[in-house]
Amino acid sequence: MKRLTPPLFMMLAAALLLGGCGRIEPWVKPYEREHLADPIMSFNPNPVSSSYIDHVFESREGARGATGAVGGGCGCN
Amino acid sequence: MTRGASLRRWSSLALLLAAATVQSAVLPEDRADVLYHRYDGGGITIQGPSVLVRKKLGESYSVSGNYYVDAISSASIDVVTQASPYKEKRTQYSLGTDLLHGKTTYSAGFITSTENDYDAQTAFASISQDLFGDLTTISFGYTRGWDVVGMRDNPDFNEPTDRRNWTLGISQVLTRNMLMGLNVETSESEGFLNNPYRQVRYADPAEPQGYSLQKERYPHTRTGNAAALQLKYYLPWRAALDGNYRYYDDTWGIRAHTARLGYTHPWRSWTFDGHVRHYTQNAADFYSDLFPYYNAQNFLARDRELATFNSLTLGAMATWQLNTSRFGWIQRGTLNLSWDHLHISYDDYRDLRVETPTPGSEPLYTLDANVMQFFISIWF
Amino acid sequence: MKHIASMAALLTVGLGVAAAAPVDPLRNGAPAPAFELQSAAGAAVNLADYRGQVVLLNFWASWCGPCRTEMPILEQLHRQYRARGFTLVGVNVEPNPADALKALQKTPVSFPILFDTASTVSRLYHVQGMPNTVILDRKGNVRFVHRGYKPGDENAYLDQIRALIRE
Repeated sequence: MKRLTPPLFMMLAAALLLGGCGRIEPWVKPYEREHLADPIMSFNPNPVSSSYIDHVFESREGARGATGAVGGGCGCN
Repeated sequence: MTRGASLRRWSSLALLLAAATVQSAVLPEDRADVLYHRYDGGGITIQGPSVLVRKKLGESYSVSGNYYVDAISSASIDVVTQASPYKEKRTQYSLGTDLLHGKTTYSAGFITSTENDYDAQTAFASISQDLFGDLTTISFGYTRGWDVVGMRDNPDFNEPTDRRNWTLGISQVLTRNMLMGLNVETSESEGFLNNPYRQVRYADPAEPQGYSLQKERYPHTRTGNAAALQLKYYLPWRAALDGNYRYYDDTWGIRAHTARLGYTHPWRSWTFDGHVRHYTQNAADFYSDLFPYYNAQNFLARDRELATFNSLTLGAMATWQLNTSRFGWIQRGTLNLSWDHLHISYDDYRDLRVETPTPGSEPLYTLDANVMQFFISIWF
Repeated sequence: MKHIASMAALLTVGLGVAAAAPVDPLRNGAPAPAFELQSAAGAAVNLADYRGQVVLLNFWASWCGPCRTEMPILEQLHRQYRARGFTLVGVNVEPNPADALKALQKTPVSFPILFDTASTVSRLYHVQGMPNTVILDRKGNVRFVHRGYKPGDENAYLDQIRALIRE
């Protein structure tokens, strides 16, 4: 984990740059997202429940964090 | 530069640089959830409600509020070593707001949590951006907490703790059927980080049971790093598989691995969920179940949360789609029941309720707990 | 510090380039790509059938929240201006028409619904967001393109339809 931070952000910056260069067309078109928009594909469909269970584990374990997720879905608007 | 410091610099820079385009994303849906939660295990029961309401105000703004209670009763193994006696209640209120502008969502909120010997105030803010035809979402978050640790019978005891967290999240659509999420979080705490009641034990031949107790002593700072990778896959018969792995380590010497596998299967008006979670950690540097003598180290801990252990959780959830046609203002609703069985086996934490002639030969402690959740959700 | 500065520079360039609007092949005045699709009514419908009318093509899907919100407003537009030489045409982009028909049962509409099950028309029209609205004039040329839907967008549709009707 010592050297994780700088290479991670280099990857992130590279990904962003590559994404901009040549205007890579999204390989999953907006009209092809029916599976991704399905509620069963949501990262966090029940926030009350997942925040509770995260709390159950966090109060009994030494590890904490990196439990959130945003994104996926229908990509509308 | 420390790991925490470099992530700090990066997060603040990114916040300044995140660009908004002319197109837009969507705010979270309006909803209300009422949950009853119940934990039974290790001789304690913790139960209470959690109520969440989220509503859009106009087209760019969404507000959410949560009310949560933990009502704790009965004795836990910690009581034997004079940790906090148990019959207490923790109440938590939180308020959050989300502002949507183009493809950027700005979120901020506040959480306040109180119990009779601990007060925690937390403020959080985050920014989330959709990129590349909405295939990628990047988010940065910052959380700041101000805690005050108290003692039940000692009103003059008020020790502060400061918390700071930085998070980075990237979610990526990989294919029509697969999503990936990456989360990185650095957490820093500073101040009074131990439990004012809890004690460690050290070998003491003068005592009949062979050991004596001493107040625990923790470092004043703790920095932890966590990185998690999540994958979600849509199966052709309309089901979802998801896998998650998280690595954690911190300046107290704890290293932990979490792996979770879940399966979601809808069937008519039902949706069934099953999951298994495996967690392992090794003890903090200054942890010991039995110290050799009084003041054996600068820092002393016997908190099982900092011990070496592994845990396995098996869980399932059933969701029933409600018929909400009678109420025109409700779009849809669900009734949910979930049950998790948690089993923890400790490698270096012993069960002191069992008296043995030699201290340090008590059986290793194992914990079995059942967690139940029952909740109703409506979207309007 | 050098590390951070170079990464910051990379990020700025990356985001800046990414933030540029995508190239629009459906330029103002270009003839709308021709197509023929099956309609919900049963018969095959050709875009050329609507030559002489102002057409609003709306690409939608049952799984898209903003699309469902937009439906009743589109129905209103269709009813209001039908007599004056305007028609609304809904193009459903889902591979399985059954899902679309279920959604239409909840919000029935009187304008024609076409099924683009193979996504050929979506590709032709370079649909880059859901929902996607393309407004054609009486000669069958593309005049306005709208990506996404936010309440209030219908005011722009109204102005543009009225202007095209008067031409």
